[in-house]
Amino acid sequence: MTSRGLDSATRASDRPAHRARRRRGYALFALFAFPNLALIAVFAYWPILANLYLSLTNWDFISPRPLFVGLTNYSSMLASPSFHKVLWVSAVWVVVVVGISLLLGVLLALLFSRRLPGTSVVTGIVFTPHVVSGAAIAVVWLFIFDPNYGLARVVFEALGADSPNWTTDADWALPALLIVSIWKGVGFVSIVYLAGIQGLPTDVLEAAKLDGAGPVQTFLRVMLPLLSPTTFFLVITQTIGAFQAFDLIAVMTSGGPASATTTLSWFIYEQAFMRSNVGLSAAAGTVMFLLLMLITALQFRFVEKKVHY
Amino acid sequence: MTSPVITRPAEPGESRPDAATDPRRQPRRARGLRRSWWGYLLLLAVGLVFLIPLYMLLTTSFKTNGEIYTWPMKWLPSELTFDNVREAWRIAPFGDFLKNSLIVTVVGATLKVLLAIFAAYAFAFLPFPGKKWLFVIMLGALMVPGHVTLLVNYITMGNMGLINTYAGLILPGVASAFGTFLLRQHFMSLPGEVFEAAEVDGCGHLRRLLSFTLPMSIPAVATVALVAVIDEWNNFVWPLIITNSVNMRTLPIGLMYLKSNDGLTNWGVLMSGTLIVVLPMLLVFLCAQRYIVSGLTGAAAGSGR
Repeated sequence: MTSRGLDSATRASDRPAHRARRRRGYALFALFAFPNLALIAVFAYWPILANLYLSLTNWDFISPRPLFVGLTNYSSMLASPSFHKVLWVSAVWVVVVVGISLLLGVLLALLFSRRLPGTSVVTGIVFTPHVVSGAAIAVVWLFIFDPNYGLARVVFEALGADSPNWTTDADWALPALLIVSIWKGVGFVSIVYLAGIQGLPTDVLEAAKLDGAGPVQTFLRVMLPLLSPTTFFLVITQTIGAFQAFDLIAVMTSGGPASATTTLSWFIYEQAFMRSNVGLSAAAGTVMFLLLMLITALQFRFVEKKVHY
Repeated sequence: MTSPVITRPAEPGESRPDAATDPRRQPRRARGLRRSWWGYLLLLAVGLVFLIPLYMLLTTSFKTNGEIYTWPMKWLPSELTFDNVREAWRIAPFGDFLKNSLIVTVVGATLKVLLAIFAAYAFAFLPFPGKKWLFVIMLGALMVPGHVTLLVNYITMGNMGLINTYAGLILPGVASAFGTFLLRQHFMSLPGEVFEAAEVDGCGHLRRLLSFTLPMSIPAVATVALVAVIDEWNNFVWPLIITNSVNMRTLPIGLMYLKSNDGLTNWGVLMSGTLIVVLPMLLVFLCAQRYIVSGLTGAAAGSGR
């Protein structure tokens, strides 16, 4: 491909040499690209298929062979109220985290786009939780949520109330995790939105201003529609991320109290690695995979109509 | 954006006579400040919301227990102590955790970058039947939720006898679809004349990769490398599953071990353990913020445009 100029002179005389060189190109491609492709095949694609098979079996890691049981895992799962609760907690998690992160993120981005002095320092600070271990953030927030000595008590005292037992009270555990999850992720969302805002065509914004649109109107009627590709990207990636949230749950609540914070991701882990219910975990994994595929497909369908490029 | 914010102080020599001769000048400046004061206030508030938890982490690590377990909260420690760090190190083998994290991060990120460079070069410059489809299939891996692959990957590693080994920790994570994609896009944007000249001079592909492609792609490679380092260092669920002895744990898992073994939550000790986990990535981020932000948000900028 890159050697056309050279080839045209020699092609007629030595075709075999040309063919040999192309075969060398193939071999080199295989040498360069196949290690990566093989690892992707083994550790990303194969698991989806094998997971599908395991979901039709019962296994405990120890007995010599998984026992085929058909769709039993799915039917028992879908019939159990506790699994309905898992799906409900996951839905709340995804909707709240993605919704609020995007809302706060776009507002932060608007603030950042004013380019007041000091903005770059603040954007750096806001982005920091995104590059820090989730387990570490979870421990810091456990301290903040300590009802006796934590920062949350300062806030609640200012409001004239006692700080609740955040992570051990079934009513407060999920909100606590949602707050931390949003705190960790909103910086990333805002920086992506900021990049989007800075890429907007200035003439359109100028025209809106000349037409007498106020800042709120400009934002809602002009900026947001123009930012819809960014929003689309963020909704998809944040949804995929929110579905798989794990480290905060593992460190802060372990799915409790009374499974108040058991999301689908925690359920998959718990069933496989704490209870050795391989089949059930695999079935839940397949449910997660299908849900994500479905949500992504729906979003693409929706986007075909709504996104303005 | 709408208000004339004073971003660049005018030269004193030219602004002062201006202000004196033009009566509107001074009020306009004041108006700019007044109009954006809430902007500064908001900016400050936002910064504090994200800085205060980090501040708590840092100060509590070095506070004495007497100053941690007291109310009202002591914002400024009156004395600093290293007892917490020492205690954390005594309760949990942080030396092992640190060593494991370093091995996994350095080896894992290096392999990931190498694999991505070679694959990207192949996809950009080498021929292969059905290359386009292979590329699409590779990118499809980005859509596979990692959490769903955990169980089967654990079983695969078990069959290979790699549970609780460094190879088991590293291997499933080294393939890179995103890094390959990023580098391929960059390689294709390089000026083609250089490669033609190199070919005329008889350079083989390896030479073209090492002497021309890579030197022209240092920022892109750095971006991929830094993102890989951060991912490997912070990875939580895979190390949790694949290791089962305390001395093979990486730092994030070690932190959880410390949390369950420090008796009743001992915040000073826990915070100093957390600081050990956080500090290296904070430093990396401080030094290479630009690459990291552009790398992590890069996919967004390209989408839809």
